[in-house]
Amino acid sequence: MRIFVGIAVCCLALTSCNREKRDLRPAPVRLAIYENAATESPLEPGGSKPAPTVSNPYHGTAYDISEGQRLFSWYNCVGCHANGGGGMGPPLVKKAWIYGGEPANLFDTIVKGRPNGMPTWGGRIPEYQVWQLVAYIKSINQEQPIDTLSPRADTMETGSQNIKNKVPGATK
Amino acid sequence: MRTASNRAAHDSKRLPVCLRHLRIAATTAYFVRGSVCAFARSQSVLDPAGPQSMHVFRLWSWFLAILTAIFVIVLALTAWALTRRHRGIEQEPLERVHIPSRETERKLLWTVGSGIAATVLILFGLLIASVTTGKAISELGNKQNGMVVEVIGNQWWWYVRYVNDDASQIVVTANEIHIPVGRPVRIRGTSNDVIHSFWVPELNGKRDLIPSRITDEWIQADRPGRYRGQCAEFCGMQHAHMSLWVIADPPDEFEKWKARQLQPAVDPSDLHLQAGRDVFLKYACVYCHSITGTTANGQVAPDLTHFASRTTLAAGTLPNTKGNLAGWIVDPQTIKPGNHMATLNLKPEELQPLVDYLESLQ
Repeated sequence: MRIFVGIAVCCLALTSCNREKRDLRPAPVRLAIYENAATESPLEPGGSKPAPTVSNPYHGTAYDISEGQRLFSWYNCVGCHANGGGGMGPPLVKKAWIYGGEPANLFDTIVKGRPNGMPTWGGRIPEYQVWQLVAYIKSINQEQPIDTLSPRADTMETGSQNIKNKVPGATK
Repeated sequence: MRTASNRAAHDSKRLPVCLRHLRIAATTAYFVRGSVCAFARSQSVLDPAGPQSMHVFRLWSWFLAILTAIFVIVLALTAWALTRRHRGIEQEPLERVHIPSRETERKLLWTVGSGIAATVLILFGLLIASVTTGKAISELGNKQNGMVVEVIGNQWWWYVRYVNDDASQIVVTANEIHIPVGRPVRIRGTSNDVIHSFWVPELNGKRDLIPSRITDEWIQADRPGRYRGQCAEFCGMQHAHMSLWVIADPPDEFEKWKARQLQPAVDPSDLHLQAGRDVFLKYACVYCHSITGTTANGQVAPDLTHFASRTTLAAGTLPNTKGNLAGWIVDPQTIKPGNHMATLNLKPEELQPLVDYLESLQ
C-alpha cells in the first residue's frame, strides 16, 4: 500500500514538472514588437530606464528548447551562425552581446534584425517560434536548467565534437 | 412459385423463432462479409496486387493452414484427454511410490519424442518456407527495366524522389507515389530523423527506413489502383497519421503524370492568385516548403509544386480539399498535434488567396 502511495506521489510530482510541458497549440498572437521592453544600455538621457520585464514564456521547457534547435537549422540560422560558434555571422555562445543578452534583447534582434546582415524575421515567423529560438540560444549558452537539455543532437552525426558544439551543457 | 415465395416473405413473422434467428445470422454474416471484403480492399495483405505480395500472401496462407491444423489437433487431443475414462492410477494414495511399467515408459518416451520431433520438423519447415519466400521476393528485383524511387521518412511525412541520371527528369513529390502498372520499382529508402518503416501491404512487406543507411525494397503492381501504405515503425506523436498512397497507373497515364510533374508551377496571371503566392512567399511557408518556379526553395517540408494534383494532405490525414487545406493552415496542431507545421496567424483576406493559390497548383 505504501509503495502505491509513493508511486502516486511520484506521478503527481511528474505532472507538475514544467520542463516536460508541451504547448502544442500556441496562442495565435500576431507578432508584437515589445516597444521599449529591451534596453541595450542602462544609459539614458535624463536618468535611467527600468530593467526589461519581458521574460521568455518557454524558459526551461525541454520541448521548446528542442523545437528551437530544430528551427535554428530549418530557418537556416546555421547558415551564418554555424552551430552557435559563428561563421559569416557572429558566434552566439558568448558573454558580451552587442545588442544585449537578455531574452527580450535576443527577441528584438531576431524580430527587428541588426545591421551588417541579420535579417528581419518579424512578421515572417510566428512569435512563439522566436521565443523557442531564444530558448535554444540560451541553452547553448548554458543558461537553461541542465535537465532540459537534449543529451544528444537530433541528427545522426558521429563524433563527440559536433554534439559538444550543439549542446555544450550536455558534456557536463 | 412466385406467389408461394411472396407468401413466404409475408409470413416471415410467423416463422419459428430458431429459423428467424438463423435468418438474422445469415443477413449479419452477409454484411460482415461485405464489410470485411471492403476493408480488405484497402491496405490488406490478403489482397495481393503484385508478385512480391503474392509470395507473402502464399506464405501467409500456408502458415494459416498448417497452424490451424495444429491448433485443431491440439484442441482435439486436449478434449480427448479431458473426457477419457480414468484408469484408476490417479486414485491411488499419494504416498505410494508409483513405478511405471516398462511398457508405460516406452509409450511415454515414444509420445514425448514424437511430439518434440514433430515440433522441430514443423518449425524448420516453416522457417525454410519463410526463407525461401524471402529469397524469391529479393530475386524479383534487379530487373533491367526497373525504376528507382527514393523515399525518405520524416516526422511525419514521406519525401519522394524519382531518381534519374538526367537531372531534368527528376520528379520530387511527397506522400503519393505514382508507379506504372507491371513495371518493377525499387524503393530506395532512408530517413531524416528516426526509424520509419515503409509498408504497402498490397505490394510488399515492411522495410525499415533507417537514418544514414539505405534500405531497398522492390514493389510491382500488376493491376491499376490505389494502394494505401502506412509507417510501420513507431516514430513519435503522429506515427498513426503517417500514411501514403501508391497509385498504379497504366504506363501511358504514368508518363503523362510524370511529364506534368516535371513542369514548374505556373505563375498565376490572376490577381487573386498572385496575392496568394505573395502570402506564401511572405510568411514562414517559404522557409520550409518549395514551389519550383518561385523563390520558395525550402527543403525540409513537402514539395508543393504540384500540390493540387495530390489527393490527400498532411500525409494522408485529410482529403485534399479547400476547406481541409484552410483548416490545416490555420490550425495544424489540432489536426496533427506535434507536427512541425508552424501555426501562423493569417488574416482571412490572406488565407483565402493562399488556399486558392495552393489549390491551383495542378
